[in-house]
Amino acid sequence: MKTYETVIGLEVHVELATKSKIFCGCTTQFGGDPNTHCCPVCTGMPGTLPVLNKQVVEYAIAAGLALNCSITQKCKFDRKNYFYPDLPKAYQISQLYLPICRDGGIEIETEAGKKMVRIHEIHMEEDAGKLVHDPWEDCTLVDYNRCGVPLVEIVSEPDMRSAEEVVAYLEKLRLILQYLGVSDCKMQEGSLRADINLSVREMGAKEFGTRTEMKNMNSFKAIARAIEGERKRQIELIEYGKKVIQETRRWDDNKDTSFAMRSKEDAQDYRYFPEPDLPPIEISDEWLYTIKSRQPELRDEKMLRYEKAFDIPAYDASIITGSKHLADLFEDTVALCQKPKEVSNWLMVETMRLLKEQEMEADAISFTPAQLAKLIAMVDGNKINRTVAKEVFEKIFKENVDPEEYVAKNGLGMVSDEGLLRSTIERIVSENPQSVADYKSGKTKAMGFIVGQTMKEMKGKADPGRVNQIVTEVLSKL
Amino acid sequence: MKDITKISALELGKMIKAREISVEDAVKAQIEVIKQRDPSYHCYITVLEEDVMKQAAEVQKRIDAGELNDSPLAGVPMAVKDNICTKGVNTTCASKILYNFAPTYDATVIEKLKQAGAVILGKTNMDEFAMGSTTETSFFGETKNPWNTSHVPGGSSGGSAAAVAAEEAFYALGSDTGGSIRQPAGYCGVTGIKPTYGTVSRYGLIAYASSLDQIGTFGRNISDCAAALEVISGHDPKDSTSVDEKSYSYTEALVDDVKGMKIGIPKDYLGKGLDEEVKAAILKAVESFKSKGAIVEEFDLNAVDFAVPSYYVVACAEASSNLSRFDGVKYGYRTPEYEGLQDVYKKSRSEGFGNEVKRRMMIGAFVLSSGYYDAFYNKALKVRAIINQGFQKAFEKYDIILGPIAPNTAPGLGESLSDPLKMYLSDIYTVSVNLAGLPAVSLPCGRDKKGLPIGLQLIGKHFGEKDIICAAYSFEQTAQYVRPSALEGKEA
Repeated sequence: MKTYETVIGLEVHVELATKSKIFCGCTTQFGGDPNTHCCPVCTGMPGTLPVLNKQVVEYAIAAGLALNCSITQKCKFDRKNYFYPDLPKAYQISQLYLPICRDGGIEIETEAGKKMVRIHEIHMEEDAGKLVHDPWEDCTLVDYNRCGVPLVEIVSEPDMRSAEEVVAYLEKLRLILQYLGVSDCKMQEGSLRADINLSVREMGAKEFGTRTEMKNMNSFKAIARAIEGERKRQIELIEYGKKVIQETRRWDDNKDTSFAMRSKEDAQDYRYFPEPDLPPIEISDEWLYTIKSRQPELRDEKMLRYEKAFDIPAYDASIITGSKHLADLFEDTVALCQKPKEVSNWLMVETMRLLKEQEMEADAISFTPAQLAKLIAMVDGNKINRTVAKEVFEKIFKENVDPEEYVAKNGLGMVSDEGLLRSTIERIVSENPQSVADYKSGKTKAMGFIVGQTMKEMKGKADPGRVNQIVTEVLSKL
Repeated sequence: MKDITKISALELGKMIKAREISVEDAVKAQIEVIKQRDPSYHCYITVLEEDVMKQAAEVQKRIDAGELNDSPLAGVPMAVKDNICTKGVNTTCASKILYNFAPTYDATVIEKLKQAGAVILGKTNMDEFAMGSTTETSFFGETKNPWNTSHVPGGSSGGSAAAVAAEEAFYALGSDTGGSIRQPAGYCGVTGIKPTYGTVSRYGLIAYASSLDQIGTFGRNISDCAAALEVISGHDPKDSTSVDEKSYSYTEALVDDVKGMKIGIPKDYLGKGLDEEVKAAILKAVESFKSKGAIVEEFDLNAVDFAVPSYYVVACAEASSNLSRFDGVKYGYRTPEYEGLQDVYKKSRSEGFGNEVKRRMMIGAFVLSSGYYDAFYNKALKVRAIINQGFQKAFEKYDIILGPIAPNTAPGLGESLSDPLKMYLSDIYTVSVNLAGLPAVSLPCGRDKKGLPIGLQLIGKHFGEKDIICAAYSFEQTAQYVRPSALEGKEA
C-alpha cells in the first residue's frame, strides 16, 4: 500500500461573548424558553433593519490581532441568500468580499514539533435559529432565540496534517479566544463549532486531493475520531480505484461514521451581494490603536510572569495558564491573600486530584477566589491544621461551602487550649507506661504513638507541631 | 362643511388650532368624502373607519391640553401607503402574500406622525411591493386617475397620489424607489417630494430595493409636502443608513425667491421620446423661472441612457433578496395544500406573488447568480457611480436641475403591462435620482389636450431639499393649484 498524507483545513465558528445580538438589542444568553430572546429585527419581520453592535467589531478585531491577522480597515457586510426556516430573512448577513481580518496564523506544538498554521480570514456573521422536531405532533417548530447571535468564522489554510495537529490548533485557538474574553468557547453549548475540510494525497504529491467537508462534531475527541474515520474512508476509496466526491458530510459520533449530506452539484448559489442596509465599517487608526492597547496578556506572557513575579515553576505555570479560568482563579486568589506559592499548591495538588477524580474540565471549577483565600488564611493563622484544611477544601470544591462557616459548624477549629492539651498528653503518657519505657530505651517511634493518640483524642483538631513540642517536654521530664 | 376637504392640510391645521373646526368634524367630513368617492377611484386598501374617530378624539384632547402647539398638522387626516408598517393594521404591500399581515410594530415615520398628532385614515393602494408605474399590479385591483378614470394614476404610490388629488386625504405618505412618488404625483396633478436618501428613516418600510427606497410626502401644494416632510424626517438609530442632518426645517424654505438661482436642464431630458405637449409645458415652466430671475441653461448629463438598465439590475437584485422572506412559513399567505417544506415555499410563493413581482425577482436572482454577478450587478454598480459623479459635477455649477417627470401623461388603463420594457423605459427621468440618492420634487405644470396633468421635476443636490422646495414654492405662485374637474360634478 502507498503512503498517504492527510491535508486538513478548518472553518471554526465562534460565538462572541457580547451581551446583546449582532443587529438588535436582544440578549445572547444561552437557553431560555423558545422565542423569548427575540424581537422584530432578529426574527426578520418585514420592514425591520439591522444596526451593527460595535462590540462585535471590537471582538473580531481583538481576535484578529491575537491571531496575527491584518485588519481590513474598510470592511463591509454581504448577504448570503438561501431558503431555510431557521433563517427568517432568507439571507444571512455575513462577509464575503471584504472580511474584517486576513492573512494571520498561529504556531502550534505537537510531538512532531512546532509549526505555523496560517489563517486565511476571519469574518463576522449572524447565527441562525434552531429547528425543533416534535415527534408527538409530527411537526417541526422553529426557535429564533439564537437568530442574530454574533459569530466570527475563522478560516485556516489547509496547513494541518493530522488529528493531533488539528486538536493542538483548536486548543490554542480556544485558549487565545478565552484569554481575550472574546468567547467562552463552550463546544457543548455550540459556542465553538468546527467544520473540517479534509483530503488525502500520496506522500510527496504536489496537487491536493478532492476534499470533503465534515460538520457536526461537538468535542475535540469527536473531531479526532472524525478525522481518522474520514482519512481511512478516502484512502480506501482511492485504493479501490474510486474517486472521492466533493461533498458535505455529517459526522455521527454515536455510529462512529459520517454520512453524505449534499454533493457539490447540489451546492447552492448563495447570490452574495453587498448588504445595502449597513454602511461600510470604517476602522480608524485610533480605534485600532485603542483595541490594541486594551489587548489582555495572553498565555505565553502570563507563564513568564508567573515564573518571574511569583517564583512558580515553569511546569506549574503552564498547567495553571492552560485554562483561562484556572489562571483567573489563581491571580484573583493571590490578589486576596498574597501567597502565590500556597495558591499554586492548592491548584496543582488538591484541585488537580479532584478534577481527575470527578472527570471535570478546569473550566467547570465553581469555587471562588474568596473561598480559597479564606482557607489559606485559616491555615496560615493556625485556625485549622493541614489535614482538616484538605477536608474543608474538598467540601469547597464539591459543595461550594464557606470555609469559615463549615469549620465553625463542624467544630474543626484547632484546639488552642494549652491547659487541656497538656493535661490530655499527661494523661495519655501515664496510661501508656510501655511506650514511655520504649522511648526511654531509645525507641523514638514510641513518641509518635503518644502524638497519634493525642491527635485522636483531640479529634484531629490540635496543632501537630505544638503536640510534638508538649509530648517531648512531658517525656523528657520523666 | 363638506367643502372642508378642498382646503390644504396646513389651512385645516390652522382652523383646528383656531377652534374653527373640531378634529372630529374634519375627520367625519373626510370619511364622508372617502365613502362617496373611493368606489370610483379605489385609492385605499384599508380605511380605518372606526379607529380614525378614536384617533380624532385623542388628538383633540392633546390639542386642547396645549401639547401640540408646535405641530401645524395636528388633527389633519392623512393616508399612508400600504408598504409602511402600522401596528395592528394590515400592511399588505398590495400583495396576496401579505393579504392578512398586521405588523407588531409601527414604522418610525408612523411613530413620528402619531407624536405630531396626525390622524391616519387608512392605507393606500399601490403596485404590488411598489413594483410598477401604474398601480395596476395591486392584488386588490387598480386605482383610477381622479382626472380621468379610464387612465392610471401612475405608480407605485398611485393610491396616495390619487387620494390627495381626489381630496380623500389632506396629505399622504408614499415611497419612491425609482420615481414612485414623483411620477404618480405628476400623473395626478399633485405635489410629491422624495427626499435625499437617508433623510427619512426606512425602519418599518417594507423594502423593495434597500439602497434606493426612500419615504416621502404628497400634498396639494409644496407647503403641505414640506410641513409633512418636516414631521417624518430625522436621524433614526434604528436605520443605519439614516443621516444626521443639522436642519430639517423645510418650511423655512417656503419663500418666493429664485432670483439668481442657477438651474440646469440635462439636454437628454428634452430629447427623443419626450411627448411634445409635455415638452411645451416644461419649457413654459422654464420661462416662468427665467421671468423670476433664475438663470437657466442646458447641459450634458452623463450616462442618461444607462440609468434605466442599471436601475433595474440594482433594484431587482435587492428585491430578489428582500422578498425572499415571504415564504409562507411565519406570516402572510400559505398555500392550503402542500407536502413538505419545499412544496410550502414553491406553492406559497407561486400563488402569493403577481407576475411583475415574479419577473423582477427572477431578473434579480439571475444578475446575482454566480458567473453573472460581474457582468450585470457589478457593472450596474459602476454605472451607478458614474451617474452619481455626473450629478456631482452638475451641482458644482447649478443649484437645482429641472426636467420632466415622465415622457408622457398618464397612460390609459391596461396599456402599460402588456409591454413591460416600454413601461421600464418611461422611468428614464426619475430612476437616476434614486441611483444617486438625490432629493427631487414633482409638481403640476399644466395639462395636455386630454386634460391630463403634466408634472415638472426639480432635482436638488444631496440634502438640498430647501433649494427645490424654494423653487417649487416660487413656481407655485405663478401656477395656482387646479383640482380635478371631475370632482366638481361629484359635489353632493
